[in-house]
Amino acid sequence: MTRSPLTLLAEALADRTVECIDLTNTLSPDFPVIVLPAEFGQCAPFRMEKVSRYDDNGPAWYWNNISMNEHTGTHFDAPAHWVTGKDLPSNTVDAVPTQDFVAPAVVIDISKEAAADADFVLTRAFLEDWEARNGEIPKRHWIALRTDWYKRVGTPEYLNLKEDGTHSPGPDGSAMEFLVHERDCVGLAVETVGTDAGQAFHFNPPLPAHSILHGNGRYGLQCLTNLDKLPTFGAMIVACPLKIEGGSGSPLRVIALVERTRA
Amino acid sequence: MTKPLPTPKRKDPLGRSTLGHVPPGLRSRAATEMATYAAQGRFVLQSCDRCRSVTYPPRDRCPTCWGTLTWVDQDSGARVEAVTTIRHSTDNFFRNHMPWRIGTVRLDAGPVAIVHLHGDVQQGDRVRMTLRLDRGGNPALLAMPKEETPNMQDDPQLRCFTAHPKHRRILVTDGRSAIGQAIARALLKAGAQTVFLGDADPLMRYPGKAEIEAQEGIEPVSLNLTDSGSVQELAAQLGGRVDIVINTACFVRPGGVAFGAKLSDLQAGFDLGVLGLVRLAQGFAPAMSARSDDGVNSAAAFLDILPVSGLSGQSGYAGAAASAAARLSLLSGLRGEMQQTGIRVLSVLTGPVDDDWHQELPQPKVAPGQLARAVVHALTEGQEFTCAGDVAKDLFARWQANPLLTMREENR
Repeated sequence: MTRSPLTLLAEALADRTVECIDLTNTLSPDFPVIVLPAEFGQCAPFRMEKVSRYDDNGPAWYWNNISMNEHTGTHFDAPAHWVTGKDLPSNTVDAVPTQDFVAPAVVIDISKEAAADADFVLTRAFLEDWEARNGEIPKRHWIALRTDWYKRVGTPEYLNLKEDGTHSPGPDGSAMEFLVHERDCVGLAVETVGTDAGQAFHFNPPLPAHSILHGNGRYGLQCLTNLDKLPTFGAMIVACPLKIEGGSGSPLRVIALVERTRA
Repeated sequence: MTKPLPTPKRKDPLGRSTLGHVPPGLRSRAATEMATYAAQGRFVLQSCDRCRSVTYPPRDRCPTCWGTLTWVDQDSGARVEAVTTIRHSTDNFFRNHMPWRIGTVRLDAGPVAIVHLHGDVQQGDRVRMTLRLDRGGNPALLAMPKEETPNMQDDPQLRCFTAHPKHRRILVTDGRSAIGQAIARALLKAGAQTVFLGDADPLMRYPGKAEIEAQEGIEPVSLNLTDSGSVQELAAQLGGRVDIVINTACFVRPGGVAFGAKLSDLQAGFDLGVLGLVRLAQGFAPAMSARSDDGVNSAAAFLDILPVSGLSGQSGYAGAAASAAARLSLLSGLRGEMQQTGIRVLSVLTGPVDDDWHQELPQPKVAPGQLARAVVHALTEGQEFTCAGDVAKDLFARWQANPLLTMREENR
């Protein structure tokens, strides 16, 4: 009897030959959010107000009211998040095709470059060189940009906000055009607070990740952790945003299914 | 001269803290009205509209001619006729503060009154009368020396009528702003032992951080008034040794009601200004209430700085004014609660502050140093309502004369 792929997966999950790796930061009031110039509206941080905790407001039950921006904590960016994606069909989180919530990932490791230069820019030339060493980036994959930036969470160096703006790595326009049009990526998955580099407002075109991803119906995943625990090829990302009516994005739990490497 | 207040020793952990009793509180409506003037630091007495005689204590009608009485600002001069030292009382508060000096004074305004005496005041002296609020929020007359005397502020009886910063440990909620920093410095200069300086976002730099944190007496603390957990955590750590809370947090953005308002700004402003005030009160007021008579550095006051526009509304800043209005209402409620426990709730009303978010407005604007002086004044006088700057003084005066007219004036 041939066993179905899902049966095989179930067996692999049961015997831990496939493991689930949490790529999600904990939602907490002090998790940093993106900071925009002061005259713009700001991203609300995560907040939690207790409704009851086995007390006079609810003797046998514990629950909280929570509030946040759609782009707080580990979150998903839908195409409607950016002006370039505003007129696309199915561009909000409630309408994004469910099939896209489960997709494989290829991990591009720029952690050394980012450690040496917080403003490291990922270019097409870098990606072509990467492909020469690792093989071609497969189609319909998340591009997971490993920067080890998640290790900076809880320090000022995570947002890395200086007097001339934030400093964190990200792609330029040539890299994004390449990934979207020539490698047909599902989206860009990063550990930093945004898919774009900290200084990307000054790029030409500005904010190329947001602009090119969302303008072409692709997605963003931000504030991820543990990308260093994924293999270069072969991880499967499960990322299901909340079904917010007309929502531009959503906090979410992101996990990766990874085949355990045999000793 | 007054004996300087000793630096308080750390408490004996075997001793039970003295409960913060308040003096007897039952007063007539006329005396309650007198308290509203005491709250502003004004020396008023009732004057008869018909026979012009001035009367004290507060009454409903003129004792001479049955005419209508009106509160009028009076000459504060007086002469002490007799002095008495009370050594026993059946009242719990006064029992804990024996001996207590009172005296009979002949007021230049006319009446003879029995009043509390500053320690440097003796029989026969010319004195300056002050109308103050006692710990329970009731009006009281206190005779002060006519001229400044050494360590005058340290007089134990006077200290019961104030929330003087000397030797006290003070929480300033927002040290990221120029205002918070100016207030922290002014409090240290006024003798505060420690200023716990709040930082809503310790991972984010702010102007002046290195300088203020290097100053002796400043202790930076993490405090975000929009985060209940953050407030509760700090209250759990410091609640028992914060003597004065000064809320300098404010979120002001321009905008109208139907036009030019951003709901996200309104939400942020209400969350910080209104709910933040409640979080702060819920976090710190209970522990402070238990320590309102706890020696030299007893818990003394909860002070909120807020836009004077809360009285009237303000065109172009409708959200900030509405948030301030809600704060005024909450502060009235908190004042009522805290009067039972001997903690003063003080409001410092300010006009537009000279900061990034009032660039649209013409001068005059309130400088941080000016606001700091108003805060220190409110504490050293125990004054419930203090206006910082000419804009606030002008609006407050107009509002007292005619609230509805002021609303129209401020919203066109």
